[in-house]
Amino acid sequence: MRSTGSPLVELPSKPEVGLPLWLLAELTYRCPLQCPYCSNPLDFADQGKELSTEQWIKVFREAREMGAAQLGFSGGEPLVRQDLAELIREARQLGFYTNLITSGIGLTEQKISDFKKAGLDHIQISFQASDEQVNNLLAGSKKAFAQKLEMARAVKAHGYPMVLNFVTHRHNIDKIDRIIELCIALEADFVELATCQFYGWAQLNRVGLLPTKEQLVRAERITNEYRAKLEAEGHPCKLIFVTPDYYEERPKACMNGWGSIFLTVTPDGTALPCHGARQLPVQFPNVRDHSMQHIWYDSFGFNRFRGYDWMPEPCRSCDEKEQDFGGCRCQAFMLTGDASNADPVCSKSEHHGVILAAREEAETATQTIEQLAFRNERNSRLIAKG
Amino acid sequence: MSFDRSKVPTWRPGYRFQYEPAQKGHVLLYPEGMIKLNDSAALIGGLIDGERDVAAIIAKLDEQFPGVPELGDDIEQFMEVARAQHWITLG
Repeated sequence: MRSTGSPLVELPSKPEVGLPLWLLAELTYRCPLQCPYCSNPLDFADQGKELSTEQWIKVFREAREMGAAQLGFSGGEPLVRQDLAELIREARQLGFYTNLITSGIGLTEQKISDFKKAGLDHIQISFQASDEQVNNLLAGSKKAFAQKLEMARAVKAHGYPMVLNFVTHRHNIDKIDRIIELCIALEADFVELATCQFYGWAQLNRVGLLPTKEQLVRAERITNEYRAKLEAEGHPCKLIFVTPDYYEERPKACMNGWGSIFLTVTPDGTALPCHGARQLPVQFPNVRDHSMQHIWYDSFGFNRFRGYDWMPEPCRSCDEKEQDFGGCRCQAFMLTGDASNADPVCSKSEHHGVILAAREEAETATQTIEQLAFRNERNSRLIAKG
Repeated sequence: MSFDRSKVPTWRPGYRFQYEPAQKGHVLLYPEGMIKLNDSAALIGGLIDGERDVAAIIAKLDEQFPGVPELGDDIEQFMEVARAQHWITLG
């Protein structure tokens, strides 16, 4: 018999902390582009000094000893770091599988060759351009896209595997067939058709980015048709379609659980369990002050949402909590003001109406590309001050 | 159709087979992904060097583990799966 009136929930025991298999190194917030769907924080212009080469190498060494196997060089645009080849060389010697995640702007055939010699395993080129430019790309015009196409071809010519990443949104998703055709023609090994996720700048611009349900259904159908065609041909190209969770009734198992396999280090050395977590009212450790061992296993920030003890209802008694961990903490925080709440994507959340309203809004939104807030220093300082 | 054991398996460019001490096992690493291999897959994977044909891999493992029935079939099956997943090419 229970002594309290409220039903006690038998929580599953806290699972053992997994290995930080994935390390994302956000080398810099500097970037020549201004994509209005960038996942970088809105106040990126006010962040502290970038880590030095030696500090990054220490991070790599410690993370590798702890079992990290995949390393992503990201940003901002990682190519603006003058020490990139050196960082690649060190990481590869430590045994990492090294991924360069780039816009391709600033890439040259010489760099592609130098990075190969340094041991770079893979290059992902993101078509992180504005829609006008994407359209120009599809039409085969404009010099910037000639550059991207040339670099994509050079990446393959140097024997790298290549992932092409297209962020899709309401202004370009209807051209998905053209996007897929282009990626196949460029001999991409993997194509990420990533419907915009609403963090950072994308959240700010959500109304102007979220596609309608009809747009999404059509894009997914076309993608499936191409998948079937590729498979029938025994073609190695794999299409990865990421749906925006705004059209789901259950939340995504964000990062496979908090502090479970993924570790991000931001340009100034702040360590995060995901690249969006900086906005949360949680104190996160910095690699300048602590070892990776401490950060992953002992720090407050990485333990904040591990296990199930922190969950309020409806997650606490939900029989799906071990599958989705209550969804995304950042989304819960952005949309409900409390990072412990259920992700409002879940239809069991009392805040699910926010998601339903966004879907409805998408049906009638009229915002043009020009009306979006572009990710640049000026806007960052204006918005972050507000 | 019977499996042609004179084919030579090669890892797809950008796919790397390696031992991970922290996981106490072998993995196959590829762009932004990783597959943990079980013990038998790891034994087979360790013999893929772009030179040995399937017959040579079977012979090598038969030497190491004599008298295992269906060894050849298991290795053929691994090759089929690995090719279907585009982890290897069989040339």
